Amino acid sequence: MSTEPELDADVAEMSFEDRLEALVGTRVLERDDHKNAPGFVIRPDDVQDVLFDLRDEAGFDHLSCVTAQQYDDRYESIYHLKQYDDPTREVSVVVPTSTDNPVSQTAEPVFRSADWAERENFDLVGIDYEGHPDPRRILLPETWQGHPLSQDYNQEKPQVVTLSEHANPLQADHKDTETDTMFLNIGPHHPATHGVLHVKTVLDGETVVDVDPDIGYLHRCEEQMCEQGTYRHQIMPYPDRWDYVSAGLLNEWAYARAVEDLADIEVPEYAQVIRTMGAELCRIAAHMLALGTFALDVFGDFTAVFQYAFRDREVVQDILEDLTGQRLMFNYFRLGGVAWDLPEPREEFFEKTRDFLDDLPHKVSEYEDLIVTNEIFQIRCVDTGILEPEVAKSYGATGPTARGSGIDMDLRRDDPYGYYENLDWDVITEDGMDNYSRVLVRMGEVEESAKIIEQCVDLLEDWPEDDREIQSNVPRTLKPEADTETYRAVEAAKGELGIYLRSDGTDKPGRFKIRSPCFHNLSTLAEMTEGEYIPDLIASLGSLDIVLGEVDR
Amino acid sequence: MSNEPTQQIYDSTAPSTETQEDRMGPGVDARMNSKLREAFGSSPFILTKFDQFMNWVRGSSMFMLQFGIACCSIEMIHTYAIKHDLDRFGAGVPRASPRQADVIIVPGTIVSKFGPRMKRVYDQMPEPKFVIGMGSCTISGGPFQEGYNVVKGAEEIIPVDIHVPGCPPRPEALIYGVAKLQERVANGESSPVVVKPYELEQFGDLERDELVQKLADQIDEEDLVMRYNWADSP
Repeated sequence: MSTEPELDADVAEMSFEDRLEALVGTRVLERDDHKNAPGFVIRPDDVQDVLFDLRDEAGFDHLSCVTAQQYDDRYESIYHLKQYDDPTREVSVVVPTSTDNPVSQTAEPVFRSADWAERENFDLVGIDYEGHPDPRRILLPETWQGHPLSQDYNQEKPQVVTLSEHANPLQADHKDTETDTMFLNIGPHHPATHGVLHVKTVLDGETVVDVDPDIGYLHRCEEQMCEQGTYRHQIMPYPDRWDYVSAGLLNEWAYARAVEDLADIEVPEYAQVIRTMGAELCRIAAHMLALGTFALDVFGDFTAVFQYAFRDREVVQDILEDLTGQRLMFNYFRLGGVAWDLPEPREEFFEKTRDFLDDLPHKVSEYEDLIVTNEIFQIRCVDTGILEPEVAKSYGATGPTARGSGIDMDLRRDDPYGYYENLDWDVITEDGMDNYSRVLVRMGEVEESAKIIEQCVDLLEDWPEDDREIQSNVPRTLKPEADTETYRAVEAAKGELGIYLRSDGTDKPGRFKIRSPCFHNLSTLAEMTEGEYIPDLIASLGSLDIVLGEVDR
Repeated sequence: MSNEPTQQIYDSTAPSTETQEDRMGPGVDARMNSKLREAFGSSPFILTKFDQFMNWVRGSSMFMLQFGIACCSIEMIHTYAIKHDLDRFGAGVPRASPRQADVIIVPGTIVSKFGPRMKRVYDQMPEPKFVIGMGSCTISGGPFQEGYNVVKGAEEIIPVDIHVPGCPPRPEALIYGVAKLQERVANGESSPVVVKPYELEQFGDLERDELVQKLADQIDEEDLVMRYNWADSP
C-alpha cells in the first residue's frame, strides 16, 4: 500500500475532529484528548444535548462504553462513542462532577445501552444519574452498603445479604390478582441460563409480559483485581477468566492491545501471526460451545450435537494446550508479543493443526445436517427472538448478535489489529434478525476462522528461522506516562471487548474498565422476548450466547 | 450344632455338592462347605453387612447436581462429555434438580449474592449429600481472594468433602477427586454433614443503623440471611 491515501485520511480525520468540536461548540469546557480519540469535557447537565447532536448530526450511533471513575477532586463519567459503519471514528465525552454531589444527567434517552452501563457506574463508583428510569444496583445485592470502586470504600466492613427480595421459585406467585399474570424466577441455578443468570419473568399464560435479567451472581471484582496488578505480568492471567469458554486468547488480546496502545509498544510481525492463529482457534472453541449448548437448549440434544461439539472442542483444546501449555486459562500473550514460540517439533504441531482443519469441513456439514436443516430446530428458531438492527445498535449489541441482525461490523476488519488485514477472509452477516440467523453467523464464522488459521499456518511454516522474534523489548517495570488514557477494543468471540485504561504514573493502572460484549448483548433480551412465548425466551437467551463471567466481571 | 447338613438339605443339594467337590478337589477352605453353601448350592452369593453394602451402592452410583458457576464448569462439562466420560465411574448423570442429586460439585467462584442461593440449593438436596469443591476459588477464593465481593471459599457456606485444586483443574483431576470421594463413601468414611460453617442469623451484632434496622424489620422467619464479615474471613 502506498502512503498517500493514509495521509489523505489523516487530513480528513483532522477536519472531522474540528467539525466535531464545532458541532459541540460552546458546550466544550476544555479538551481532554485520549490516546484513541478526541475528548470533550462538558457540563453534567449538557449530556443529553451533546450526545443527541453527536448521534444525529455526526453519526455516532454506538455508545460503546460508559466509564466512571473517581479522582481526588472529582468524579468523572466518560462516554466512549463510535460509529457502527466505521469503528475507527471515535470520540469521548467527558463529564466531570463534584465529589460532594456526584449527579450527572443520564444518557439513557439517547442510547438504551446507557441504561445498564449507568446502573453499573452507580453501583460500583457511586455516580447518580439524574432522570435515569431505573436507578437500582445491578451487580451487587440490593442490601450492599457503599460503592466499592470509590476512594473511601472500606472493604473490611461487614455486609448483609438476604434472599427476601426473591420469592421462593417453586411457589406460584400471583403478584397482581387483577391481571392474572404469574411471576416466575428463571435461575440463577437453571440448566438453560448458561451459568448463574437470574431472569425475573412475568407471564400471562404462556406469553412473556415482562423480563428483567438480574445479574451479578458472578461479579468477582475483575476490575479491582486488574487495578491491583502490575501491567507487565500480574494482569494478564485475569482476562482468561472473563469469557472463560476457551476464548482466553481473544480476551488477552484486548488487554494486550490496550496497553500496547497506552505505552506505545511494538509487536513483532511473527508474534502477530501466532496471536492471530491462537485467537482464531479460541474463537472456534467458543463458537462450538455456543452451538452445542444451544442445541441442548432448544431441542434437548444431549447425546448427539452436544457431544459432537465437545469432541471438536477437545481437539482444539489439545492444539491450544500444545501451543500455550494450558487447556483453558492460557496466559500466553505478553505485552509486546507472546510467551514462547511454537512447540517443537514444529512439523508435528503444524500437522496436528492441519489435520484438524482438514476434518473441519466434514464436521461442519455434519452440524448442518443435525442442526440447521433440522425441522424441530427451525420451528424453534426461525422468526423467534427478533432483534431489529436499529434496536440492536441502540443497545450497543456487537459480535454475532449484531451480525445476525444484518449490522456489518467486525473490528477485525474495520479497526484492524494483529495480522487480519493481510489475510483473506470474510465477515459473515445474516439479515434474518432471528435466533436462526445468529446460529448461522456463528457457524459461518467457524469456517472463516479455519480459513484464517490455515493462512497463518502457511505463513508460520515458511517463516525464516532467523527472524522469529516473539517479543519486543519491553521494560521489566512498565510505567506509562501519568494521566494517559485510552480505550481499545478487539473482536472477541461475543463481540466488541474493550478496555479503558488510565495510567497514574505507577506500575499499576489507575482505572481499568472492561467493556463487556455479553453485558450489552444481554440487555437486548427484553426487546427480543417480550410478547413472545416462554420457550422462545429460552431459545433467545441461548442464541445470545452469553457468558456470565463476562457479563458480571 | 453339628457341621453336617441335615438330611433334608443333604438330599436336595447332594448332586450339585458332589459336582462341586469333584471340581474343587480336596483341601479347600471349610467355609465353602458351610450350611449356607449347602443351602445355596452352586448359585453364587456374597456375605456382607447391610451398611457396607449401602455405602458401596452409594459410592458406585452417584447422581451429580448439574450446577455450573464459573470457569471450572466448562472443565466439568468436559469431564462429563466425550473423551473423559465420567459415567465410566458411575457418576456421570447430572441431575437438573437438587432434589434428585446426592453430590454437588461446586465449580467456581462464589460471590456474596450467590452465597445464599447456593446454600438454598444445598439445603434442597436429600441426605446423605456430598460436596466436591472444584478449583482454587472454592478453597480460598483463588485468584479473586482479595475481591470485595468474593466469598473466601465454599466452606464459608457449606461443608466440603473433597477439594480439587487447580485453576481450573483438568478433567483428569476432577475424575481423581470424584474417585477419591467414591472411595471414601464406599468405606463409610465420609465426614458427617455439619451445619457450622454458614451463619444463619438475623443480622447478629451488626450495628443497627437505619438501613439495617429497615431490613431487619422486613425479615420474616423463613428468610435466609447471610452475613459476610470480610474482616474475619481467612
